[in-house]
Amino acid sequence: MLYRENGQFKTSYRGDQAIFPIAQDRWLISAMIAFAFVGVPLIFDEYYFLAIFIPFLILSLAAVGVNILVGYCGQISLGSGAFMAVGAYAAYNLMLRIDGMPLIVAIIGGGFFATMVGMVFGIPSLRVRGLYLAVATLAAQFFWDWAFLRVGWFTNYTPSGSVAVSNLHIMGWRIDTPVDKYWFCLGFLVVFALVAKNLVRSAIGRNWMAIRDMDVAAAVIGIRPVYAKLSAFAVSSFMVGMAGALWGFVYLGSWEPAAFSIETSFQLLFMVIIGGLGSIMGAMMGAAFIVITPIFLNQFLPVAAGWVGLTVSTAAVTHTEFIIFGVLIVWFLIVEPHGLARLWSIGKQKLRIWPFPH
Amino acid sequence: MGFFLETLIGGLMAGMLYSLVALGFVLIFKASGVFNFAQGAMVLFAALAMARFSEWLPQWFGFESLILANLLAFLISVLIMFLLAYAIERLALRHLVNQDGATLLMATLGITYVIDGLGQSLFGSDIYQVNVGMPKDPVFILDSVFEGGLMVSQEDLVAAAIAAALVAGLSLFFQKTTTGRALRAVADDHQAAQSIGIPLNRIWVIVWCVAGIVALVAGIIWGSKLGVQFSLSLVALRALPVIILGGLTSIPGAIIGGLIIGVGEKLSEVFLGPFVGGGIEIWFAYMVALVVLLFRPQGLFGEKIIDRV
Repeated sequence: MLYRENGQFKTSYRGDQAIFPIAQDRWLISAMIAFAFVGVPLIFDEYYFLAIFIPFLILSLAAVGVNILVGYCGQISLGSGAFMAVGAYAAYNLMLRIDGMPLIVAIIGGGFFATMVGMVFGIPSLRVRGLYLAVATLAAQFFWDWAFLRVGWFTNYTPSGSVAVSNLHIMGWRIDTPVDKYWFCLGFLVVFALVAKNLVRSAIGRNWMAIRDMDVAAAVIGIRPVYAKLSAFAVSSFMVGMAGALWGFVYLGSWEPAAFSIETSFQLLFMVIIGGLGSIMGAMMGAAFIVITPIFLNQFLPVAAGWVGLTVSTAAVTHTEFIIFGVLIVWFLIVEPHGLARLWSIGKQKLRIWPFPH
Repeated sequence: MGFFLETLIGGLMAGMLYSLVALGFVLIFKASGVFNFAQGAMVLFAALAMARFSEWLPQWFGFESLILANLLAFLISVLIMFLLAYAIERLALRHLVNQDGATLLMATLGITYVIDGLGQSLFGSDIYQVNVGMPKDPVFILDSVFEGGLMVSQEDLVAAAIAAALVAGLSLFFQKTTTGRALRAVADDHQAAQSIGIPLNRIWVIVWCVAGIVALVAGIIWGSKLGVQFSLSLVALRALPVIILGGLTSIPGAIIGGLIIGVGEKLSEVFLGPFVGGGIEIWFAYMVALVVLLFRPQGLFGEKIIDRV
């Protein structure tokens, strides 16, 4: 009854093309963003920011990027972890080698270098597709893992390849408390989620989706596959690269190449698939799922074992965590192969016709 | 020249071992269209089962014979792999028919987590030994041609022989038996196979069982070489370029691809590695596969990809 678009007439083209055409959606999203900026810092304490919110925001940004490539353009990529690493190390080198480099420019520069690398490793997608491409993109992962470990210049010749940044600030605003970091990442996510949302509903987004659905047919009706595929790789790796820079700078502070291993690539793909292919909102939900589930299991399992009178070792907890996480993923794929975003839209549809069943 | 040949032979042997892992991928992909990322985890799981049971059985029943222990452990491990295959098919894959490749890939990644967790909580997570009596000493061949002869590891020779025997056995199984024919039918066309009365679910269980046995053999050979530990599951990542190079659907492709990658890795590491700081073998394999894919998108022996609108 509350959620219904009856009586909301569109009287202009602008109104017709709004991102959220239903007024209730607009209010809800605005309220959520406002709550995220103002409400969340008032309610939660530091632990939540460091353990949940900041990783969630950064990985959401990365997942939105991966979703553009995998969900909208249909090119499965297992190299996202490498693009994050490129973003992080490029931003680090920009900060290190150019005096007085502003933080935001460095992070966007990280994204820019990731774009270059992403486009180079996107070239095989013009010939290869599907699972062959997925394996081919692993080349990026292994190549950059190796490069950051062995090529000293990237890491300023530190012996273990571990680099650190400190003293983050923008125009006098020092980003050192968890809440500051949270705001900083949230700003990035909001801006670039908006950019992504607008890109995917514009002409270029329609090109991507046409390529995803049937690339030969798309080429026949005049969509250039080279342009569409490479632009998807470019936009995707730009966002993933920025997320990588944020991950290194804001979340980790100091990191080594292993921080962006193949595990990261898998995790990002999990987020996109569990969240729902081809949905910006879904990418964020998937990120929330992947960030929160292990933490929840880690906290909950010893407690649950306590109820039945068992004490479990940390190793057993880790293994059980693995098992439950894997089972959850498989179960999710079975019950809702279209991801959390589909549940969201089913929920909205139900709400729209409520209280009637049809 | 002698050194070059030695490297070459070493590469060929390593290549056989890669093919062994790659074979598991190809079998499952051919029959069910599932790109089974869990193959590495299955190798680890099988090797863990083998290592632990060959250690436990003599303790439980109080006998000394190493051969008996290994034999029994092997049988038990085969049984465990069958159970695992059945469980995977029954609990996960049966519910995921007709999903697209990416979803299935992710599902097998989920299965990887489960198998890893299960294996380590059942069998422990230390480093174990598989001792199946592989000869460890290197031998020297062709002394008359080269000074000092060529050093070849006997262990590798045995492993390569086992791999070759397994491949020959599998090809016979695929070509000559009724089940093998059914497997090939399912690989060609699921629907057509089902319509003439081939039970899809049973075929998939069989394929996973066969892949399980391949994983066990790979696990034993790799395990006796490197020790049974978590990193054993990473051999799957080393085998991936092999299968895309050879073609996802081709068993000979897995063998030839394995040999090419094995030789390429060794030669590049020895002759190119020192110039760029070493450790290049892992991405070099991927680059070789990539370059081949640029010219032949279906791999060397894969089925030709025909685009239709």
